[in-house]
Amino acid sequence: MEALVHTDPRFAVVGERPAVPPPPSSPATWGAPVGVTVEHVVKAFGETPALFDVSLRIAPGELVALLGPSGSGKTTLLRVLAGLEFPTGGRVLFGDDDALGLSVQDRHIGFVFQSYALFKSMRVFDNIAFGLRARPSRTRPSRSAIRDRVMRLLELVQLAGLEDRYPSQLSGGQRQRVALARALAIEPRVLLLDEPFGALDSKVRRELRRWLRELHEETGHTTVFVTHDQEEAIELADRIVVLNRGRIEQVGTPDEIYDRPASAFVAGFIGESTMLPTRLEDGRLFLDDRSLDIPVNGDDGPRTLVFRPHDVELVGDRPGAIAGRVVAERRHGASRRLDVEIGLRRHRVEVDVPAGYPQVDKGNRITFLPNRWWLFAA
Amino acid sequence: MASSSTWAFRKPSIIPGFGLALGFTLTWLSLIVLIPLAGLVVFTGSLGWAEFIRLALDPRILAALRLSFGAALLAAAINAVFGVLVAWVLVRYEFPGRRLLDAFVDLPFALPTAVAGIALTALYAPNGWIGGLLGPFGLKVAYTPAGVVVALVFIGLPFVVRTVQPVMEEIDRELEEAAASLGATRWRTVRTVILPTLLPPLLTGFGLALARAVGEYGSVIFIAGNIPFVSEIAPLLIVVKLTEFNYPAATAIATLMLLISFALLLFINLVQAWSRRRYGNV
Amino acid sequence: MSDAFARACGAVLRPPATERPFVRWMLIATAVAFLLVFLLLPLVAVFFEAFSKGVVAYFAAITERDALAAMRLTLLVAAISVPANLVFGVAAAWAVAKFEFRGKSVLVTLIDLPFSVSPVTSGLIYVLIFGAQGWLGPTLQAHGIQVIFAVPGIVLATLFVTFPFVARELIPIMQEQGTRDEEAALSLGAGGFRTFFRVTLPNIKWALLYGVLLCNARAMGEFGAVSVVSGKIRGQTNTMPLHVEILYNEYMGVAAFAVASLLALIAMITLAAKTGLEWRYADEIAATRRH
Repeated sequence: MEALVHTDPRFAVVGERPAVPPPPSSPATWGAPVGVTVEHVVKAFGETPALFDVSLRIAPGELVALLGPSGSGKTTLLRVLAGLEFPTGGRVLFGDDDALGLSVQDRHIGFVFQSYALFKSMRVFDNIAFGLRARPSRTRPSRSAIRDRVMRLLELVQLAGLEDRYPSQLSGGQRQRVALARALAIEPRVLLLDEPFGALDSKVRRELRRWLRELHEETGHTTVFVTHDQEEAIELADRIVVLNRGRIEQVGTPDEIYDRPASAFVAGFIGESTMLPTRLEDGRLFLDDRSLDIPVNGDDGPRTLVFRPHDVELVGDRPGAIAGRVVAERRHGASRRLDVEIGLRRHRVEVDVPAGYPQVDKGNRITFLPNRWWLFAA
Repeated sequence: MASSSTWAFRKPSIIPGFGLALGFTLTWLSLIVLIPLAGLVVFTGSLGWAEFIRLALDPRILAALRLSFGAALLAAAINAVFGVLVAWVLVRYEFPGRRLLDAFVDLPFALPTAVAGIALTALYAPNGWIGGLLGPFGLKVAYTPAGVVVALVFIGLPFVVRTVQPVMEEIDRELEEAAASLGATRWRTVRTVILPTLLPPLLTGFGLALARAVGEYGSVIFIAGNIPFVSEIAPLLIVVKLTEFNYPAATAIATLMLLISFALLLFINLVQAWSRRRYGNV
Repeated sequence: MSDAFARACGAVLRPPATERPFVRWMLIATAVAFLLVFLLLPLVAVFFEAFSKGVVAYFAAITERDALAAMRLTLLVAAISVPANLVFGVAAAWAVAKFEFRGKSVLVTLIDLPFSVSPVTSGLIYVLIFGAQGWLGPTLQAHGIQVIFAVPGIVLATLFVTFPFVARELIPIMQEQGTRDEEAALSLGAGGFRTFFRVTLPNIKWALLYGVLLCNARAMGEFGAVSVVSGKIRGQTNTMPLHVEILYNEYMGVAAFAVASLLALIAMITLAAKTGLEWRYADEIAATRRH
């Protein structure tokens, strides 16, 4: 059994991935991708602060997820990166250049909205070509160059042949890909996606996730996307930034976030978790009146014990185990999930046992210990 | 229980009063609206084609129709431009007095046309507040076709503003942000993203303003000057013919006005339906 | 770029979906100027001219005998037309909104017909029927019934032009409300009229008031149609708008504007009431923005 005790919940990990140069034939890149640096950004809407002292560094070519519940500030942070909002304090750098001095038009980012925001009165072709045609005549490509580029992008997003359709004639997943192609057309330095798959049904969502990952491998843009779906973040991102109420709770790879959560919030938000209020006294951990067989160190005080429901071992009834009474049981995927009432205060927790395990009935007493757990200051 | 596809006239329902309500409705509708309008059609029909054409092609009548429709088109066009501007300002910006001004836009709906007529004349007459300012520049408004246009702009403005306003309120700001994120300047965004969605309601408003302006009488006759062939509107000509007991001429003009109005409105409806398909919907 | 410079630029940068402040204020100024010149100024002019010879002259004008007769006639015409078209509007809305039948959209289009007809034509059609050379005119005249150039004609013409107002306000809202409440009342044993007065009416009261307001404003202010059928006999067949015209044509400007100012006052009250209803009961008034 591993002992994990964390006392400092917040740290930003400096990215170490080497920049991946994009394949030369990709139509959507412009030189090498840039990194993004966020330093002590604060954003308040009137009296309500949405972001408190957020600092972050994103490596060039990285695919980063901003993950958190609603109200966590993740969309605000994304919009600050885009230039759709301006922070009340702090700095944002694209590479070495100050980004805050630029309007959204000049920042050269690609933004994909949750609702796609496609221009309904224009065909798919014109939507994608919009950014290119909007350039001042000095930098605007020729008509044939624009056409070329749009067609290659359509191929890239696997919508070739649909250039004359209108957005109303496309499915949700197709619209999403047009929105992406439109953002890629202007060769953005950074690609920003706001809950890109939020409005789609789950099957389409899963397909598009896979597809976005492949697209990212091929084009190599620095990409930041916002999601409230932790499964999505874990599946897609190189690194995840977990936000809660305007603050960064943790930054790390999916494995780090899942296996080494930095706070009770992260442990609770990622994956399933069971929490029990405990206290540390004289070097031992107590659940109500019972001392648990869990090695601890640190100062006395209340702690939250967190473990995954499936990461427990049923043990014999002995003083150091967590003991409780089963009040409900049901099938849960490949195992059985038990609702257990524990201790004097009857804390309700969920615990999984393998499906083939001998029948555990309602009303039975059950004793277990977690294989893997975390303790956080309560 | 009969399915809805098999009922002959009315879907069965437990709500009472259908016969009473529909009967009264149809009776009242016929008495007040349908029979009198039918009378117009019958009377015109009784003139016979040849006579109708002869009457209709009278130069004075043609001049009056030209003025009525021409001025109405111009006024509706002016209202189209300024109506969008007013709607934009009322919807998008906050400034002191905005709510009051918003309520005030409906004044032409509420104000009796005769009152508007004399007020506008007083304003634009050579010794009026505005007429006096324009006089030194050689610009005469009252008693000229220009006066007609001014009066028609007055009564048509609320139509455009009120049809465009709700659509403008519903515009998704994200579209504008998307355009900006793609590098479009503000003007380009307005031109290519916002204005196309306003085209259908604008055309509706334009059509309504036009229809109202063509038949307008009270606001116009005071400021118009009413000189035959120059500043005489078609409705006035109808009244003139009636006072001469020249019913045939009066009905000819009225019917002609109705026909041209219907044709105009039909055309505008078609254009508007096209624009709604093209620019309007998801 | 140095920090200070960037921050200075940041102060100038504005949210992306907005115009430069200069542009914004220019647009506001233009729109406000347009509205003030085209809408407010005429209203101000009415009152200015009405009081241009002093308060005494004003009151003399509006208490003059023919003016009072015109006011009485205007009120009479409104008092007949508005309730009549109110009842009609309710009946029509009931039939259209609570039932499904063939030809419904045709009916609704027909109800809207008076809006597409010029006011003068609205009067003309009654002259064609009831006028001295009209279809029924001579017959009625032989029996001593005078329609054209008399009050009945004025009432008819006003009925025509105010015909759709109440129906147009009620139909959308009643359609939106559906038949659920009425069906519930009926299932509890209520009869037809009880259902209507206790269940339907409270649901539509604001839309009804709104429609009555607009109907009344038009009834009192109608000019073109009434002008054709009236004969303009002072003291007898003049409504207030017609009286204004007569005074104006006889160069009695102050008197004309004085009477006009009363109509303008009614218009302003209508506008205030209308706006008040819209602000507070926007949901219950379906067609607040549709005219």
